[in-house]
Amino acid sequence: MDGVSLSSTKTWISRDYSRCSGCRRCEIACSLHHEGVIWPEASRVRVFMLVPGAEVPHLCAQCDDYPCVKSCPFEALSVDDKTGAVIVDREKCTACGICINACPGRIPHLHPRDGYVLICDLCGGDPQCVKVCQEGKWDALRLVREMPQTWQLYTTKLYARTPEDITRDLVKILFGEASEGMI
Amino acid sequence: MKGYAGRFLEVDLTSNNIGEAKLPEETLRRYVGGRGLASWILWDRIGEKWDSVDPLGPENILLLLTGPLTGYFPGGRICVSGKSPQSNGIVGSTVAGEFGVELKCAGYDGIIITGEAEKPTHLFIFDSHVELKDASHIWGLEGKETFKRLVKEGREELKRINPRFGEWKDPSILYIGPGGENKVRMAAVMAKWTHAAGYGGYGAVMGSKKLKAITVKGSGPLPEVADMRGVSSLIEEVCRELYRNELFRRWGTGHGGYYYGNQTSSEPVRNWQEEWHDVKDYGVDRFDERVWVKRFWGDYGCPTTCLKVAMPTSGPLKGAVSDNPDYELQAYVGTNLGVFTPEGNTYLSARVDDLGICGINGGNVLGFAAELYQRGLLTKEELDGIDLKWGNVEAFAELLEKIAYRRGMGDVLAEGTYRAALRLSKEKGDEVLKYAVQSKGIAIGAHGNRSTLDYPSYIAYACSVQGGDHTSIAHLPLDHGDSELTIALYDSAVICWFNAWTLPEDLIWDFMNKVTGWDISREEWYGEMAPRILNIQRAVLLIGGPDLRWKPKENDENPARFYEPLPSGPKKGRAVDRKEFEEMRMEYYSAMGWDENGIPRGETLRKLGLEGVDKILRDKLAR
Repeated sequence: MDGVSLSSTKTWISRDYSRCSGCRRCEIACSLHHEGVIWPEASRVRVFMLVPGAEVPHLCAQCDDYPCVKSCPFEALSVDDKTGAVIVDREKCTACGICINACPGRIPHLHPRDGYVLICDLCGGDPQCVKVCQEGKWDALRLVREMPQTWQLYTTKLYARTPEDITRDLVKILFGEASEGMI
Repeated sequence: MKGYAGRFLEVDLTSNNIGEAKLPEETLRRYVGGRGLASWILWDRIGEKWDSVDPLGPENILLLLTGPLTGYFPGGRICVSGKSPQSNGIVGSTVAGEFGVELKCAGYDGIIITGEAEKPTHLFIFDSHVELKDASHIWGLEGKETFKRLVKEGREELKRINPRFGEWKDPSILYIGPGGENKVRMAAVMAKWTHAAGYGGYGAVMGSKKLKAITVKGSGPLPEVADMRGVSSLIEEVCRELYRNELFRRWGTGHGGYYYGNQTSSEPVRNWQEEWHDVKDYGVDRFDERVWVKRFWGDYGCPTTCLKVAMPTSGPLKGAVSDNPDYELQAYVGTNLGVFTPEGNTYLSARVDDLGICGINGGNVLGFAAELYQRGLLTKEELDGIDLKWGNVEAFAELLEKIAYRRGMGDVLAEGTYRAALRLSKEKGDEVLKYAVQSKGIAIGAHGNRSTLDYPSYIAYACSVQGGDHTSIAHLPLDHGDSELTIALYDSAVICWFNAWTLPEDLIWDFMNKVTGWDISREEWYGEMAPRILNIQRAVLLIGGPDLRWKPKENDENPARFYEPLPSGPKKGRAVDRKEFEEMRMEYYSAMGWDENGIPRGETLRKLGLEGVDKILRDKLAR
C-alpha cells in the first residue's frame, strides 16, 4: 500500500449483517457523539433497509488501499496513524464528491447541512456504534484490533460494497429461493 | 417549543393544495401529540358536524401524527387517526417504524390530510420539497410489491433532487394494499412489509382519498430538546432496563401463544367458541424452529426487537414472509380459525399483510364467517364454493382475498364483523349477531376476559373509548398501568407501549419533561389531560353517525359470547358475570365523571375546559 503506513495496531469494525436487528442505535450513538443531536442522515454509520428484515449497517471499511484518500484532489482526507481511520479535514474538503465515487461501497456521503464529507473516524479508536451494538448483545458490529505484523495479511475491503450488493447476498441467506426479485 | 418541529403539513387532496399549519404551544402542551392531538384536531374541525361526516367521504380528515417523544424514546412510532370507519369515533392507531422519525427530521410534527384525490396519488415529502405524484402505476399492487417500487422510486427521486449527497438511504413509507384501495373497513395503514396501524380502519380512509402511499425523507436532525444531555442518558437508561427483559427480546409477544391458550384460557379458538387449547406444537419454540429466519428485528432505536422474521422454508406454503407472527396474529389468523401450524399461521399473516388488512379485525371476520358456515347459516354456494372449515388455510386465504377485493360474500364481510352481522341478521335472523365478537364495531383483541386470568376486567372492552381495541382498555383504578388513561399517554407521546410498561413510571415523566421542558406531572395527566382526551373520544363515539350510532350504556357491552360459559380447559364453566359487570360499569362511569348512562356530565366537561363538547354533545343526543 503506497503512501499509507500504520505504526501500530489497526482498528476496524467487522460486520455480521445477518445479526443486525435494524435497531439503528448505532446511528443514534454516532450522531450524538459527532453532532450532539440525533441526526440519522448525519451519522457516519447508516443502516440501509432496502428489503425489510435485511438491514445493512453501512460504514467505512478502512480499505487497505484507501481509494478515497487517494482520489481527493484537495488533500482533505488522510489516514489516522494510530487507528487507520480516514480523517476528514473539514476546512480543506470542498464537498466535491470525488471520494464518494472512488469508494467501492459508496460509503462516504455529504453532511446534510455543512459542506464536507462524512466518513467514519472510528471515534478515535473507541467507536460508539460498536459499543451500543455490543451492549444490546446484537454483535452485528464488532471491534477488531489487529497487531501490525498480522493486519497486512488480509483485506477489510470485502465490506466496502454497495448497500444493494450486500442486501442481495443477505436476502439470499435469509429467504433462500424466495429472495428472487426482492430487490 | 422543545421536542417539536413546530409545524404540521397540510395537504388537501381535492384542491391539490399543500400548506403548513402551526399550533400554539398551549395546544400542544394540552394535547401532547398523537392520539391526544388527533382528538383535539378532529373535534376542532368537524365536531359540530360529526354525525354527518362519512368516514369514507372527502370530509374526513386523515391524521399522521408524531409525539414529542417520537425518535427520542427508544422505538419509533407514528399515530394514525381520523373519524374511524369502524366505530364512527376516534381511534388512535399507532404503527412502528421510522416514518415518525423521518417526518420530524423533515421538519414536521404531523400531516393533516383532507379531501379526496381524483386519481391514485402518492404524497412525496423530502424536507420542504412536498409533492403529490401520480400513483396509477402502483394502484392495485399488493403490499410487498408496492413497498419495493416505492423504495426504489423514492431513492431515485432523492438522488435526482440532491445528486451530490452520495447514496441515499431508503425513505420511510406508509401505504395501503388492495384492502385499503377497496375501502374495506378493516384495512390497515401499512409500514415496511408487515407493520400495520390496524385498529380503526384508516387504510380504508386512505383508500377513500385515493392516497396509495406517503413517502418521507428528512435530512435534518430531530427537533431540539430542553435537555439533550439528560435525554441522552435517559435513552441509555431505558435501553439498559429493557435489555434485561429477555422474554420479550427472545420471543416477542409470540411467547404468549401457548401460554394464553393453555394457561390462561383467554385465546380465541374457533371464533371464541373456546378459549383453551392444548396444542403444544403451537408454542413459540416451534415457531422459532420451523419458521423464523431471523430472530431479532426491531424499529428505530428499539432495544427490545420483539419482531422476528418468519417464512415457511418448505412445503406448499413456503416463501410467504411475515413477522413472528406476533401473539395477536398467532391467535387471530391461527387458533381463531382452527389453524394450529406455524406454517399455516405465517402464511395467513403474510396474506393479511400483503392485502393490507388488519390481522385482528380480518381474522375476527373470518372466524365469524366460519362459525356461520359451521352452523349452516352461510352455505358453500353463498361462498362461491369455498369450504370454510376450521383449519382450512387455503379456504381462509381465498375468502380473505374476496374480502380485499369485495367480491361476492367478501363484499358483505368487508364491512367488518358488526356491520356484516347486522346485514346478515336481516336475511338469516338475529342469531347471527350472537357470533359477532366485537365492541362498537371493533374486533375484540385476542385476550378474552371470561377466565379473568388475562384481561381480568369485565369492562375492559365494553367501556373503552376505542371499543374492542385490546391496547386501550377500561380499567380501574384510572391511574393503573393498564388503564387507557395510561395508554393514552403512550399514544400521545407516541411511543411503544411494550417499551414503556415495564419501566419505572418516573422514567417516562422524566423523559417527557427533559424533551419538552414542560413540567407535566402525573397528577396533571391523570386528573386533567388524559380525561380531556378520553372525554372527547367518548363524546364523538356517542355522537357517531352517519350509518351507525351507539346507544349510551346499551352498547357499552361485552359480546354475547363472553356470557356463554367456557366449554373447556382449566377454567371451564367461567363466564362474564352480568351483575358484577354492571356494577363495575357503573363504578367506571362514576370514576370518569359520566352519568348513569355513560354520558359525560356537563360539569365534567366544563371542568376540563370542554364547554363546546358539552353543548354539541347534548344537542346531538337530544335529537
